[in-house]
Amino acid sequence: MGNETPLWEVFIRPRNGLSHKHAGSLHAADEVLALQAARDVYTRRGEGVSIWVVPSAAITASDPGEAAQNFDPAGDKIYRHPTFYDIPDDVGHM
Amino acid sequence: MAALFDAVLELADDHLILGHRISEWCGHAPMLEEDLALPNMALDLIGTARTLYEYAARLEGRGRSEDDLAFLRVEREYRNLLLCERPNGDFAQTMLRQLYFAAVMEPFWKAALDSPDEVIRGVAGKAVKEMAYHVRHAGEWVIRLGDGTGESAARMQAAVAELHRFTDELFEDSAAAADCGVLPARRGMRADWDRVIGMVFAEALLEVPEVPFPQTGGRAGLHGEDLGHLLAQMQYLQRAYPGAEW
Repeated sequence: MGNETPLWEVFIRPRNGLSHKHAGSLHAADEVLALQAARDVYTRRGEGVSIWVVPSAAITASDPGEAAQNFDPAGDKIYRHPTFYDIPDDVGHM
Repeated sequence: MAALFDAVLELADDHLILGHRISEWCGHAPMLEEDLALPNMALDLIGTARTLYEYAARLEGRGRSEDDLAFLRVEREYRNLLLCERPNGDFAQTMLRQLYFAAVMEPFWKAALDSPDEVIRGVAGKAVKEMAYHVRHAGEWVIRLGDGTGESAARMQAAVAELHRFTDELFEDSAAAADCGVLPARRGMRADWDRVIGMVFAEALLEVPEVPFPQTGGRAGLHGEDLGHLLAQMQYLQRAYPGAEW
């Protein structure tokens, strides 16, 4: 199975105007069958209007061992969150 | 009205029997992805069958329901194309059977979008998209198996040798279908079908075979032995527990 049907990552755009989100992965022989399999596996309940498939091997992932140096430094920089503004009532939901 | 009932029933039977056949793969497909793709296709077909049976029951007006028509008739009363009842065989046969069927139904439903009958137009609007996908999905598999490994190519060639004799029947118009006045003529779908099959076969390195003895008779209720086995399984629940609902 492994060599003949490599792994693909599936990204689905739920609605026009939203971005593609990772939905899961699947095995398929090539990109055409991967797209069809993605349609059949991940959009059966009307989840999307567009699909991307990407060979899993093409993805470069961050090293979990470097998670501390990558992500912890952001933890104490709360001033980066735009939460220090008073929003006028008239604006409603932002 | 009687002609329309018969013609709608023929179409409904095609979709139910083939839909049931494909559903037999559920849980047995060669890979998880196809284990979802095949029931998807089965549900497309069974959904179309339901609408058509419900319409046929209404046309008949004798109190039979869609379930009665689907599950409580005997073998000779089914009017489906012989192709639809053929056993699944291997994955190559299943995919080729699906391509053969969908490649005639896609242009059929496209033509039926202009039918004077509102129900037929409604079914066509939904089915034409489903059949387009079935052609694409089954076609891609036929290409990959035909032009694949030695074994997959041999299985694909065997599938063509087994199933091609059932394809002439796809273009037969029964008297009921011809008289009902709301369905496109099947013989008019031949050119489109030949073109699609030709394109897929060229890529799949398959030959369109000569068929000395085409098999036909489904519209007259003359079926192969396999339909009886299918019905035994499909009808079991309604026969054992009449009127069962859940």
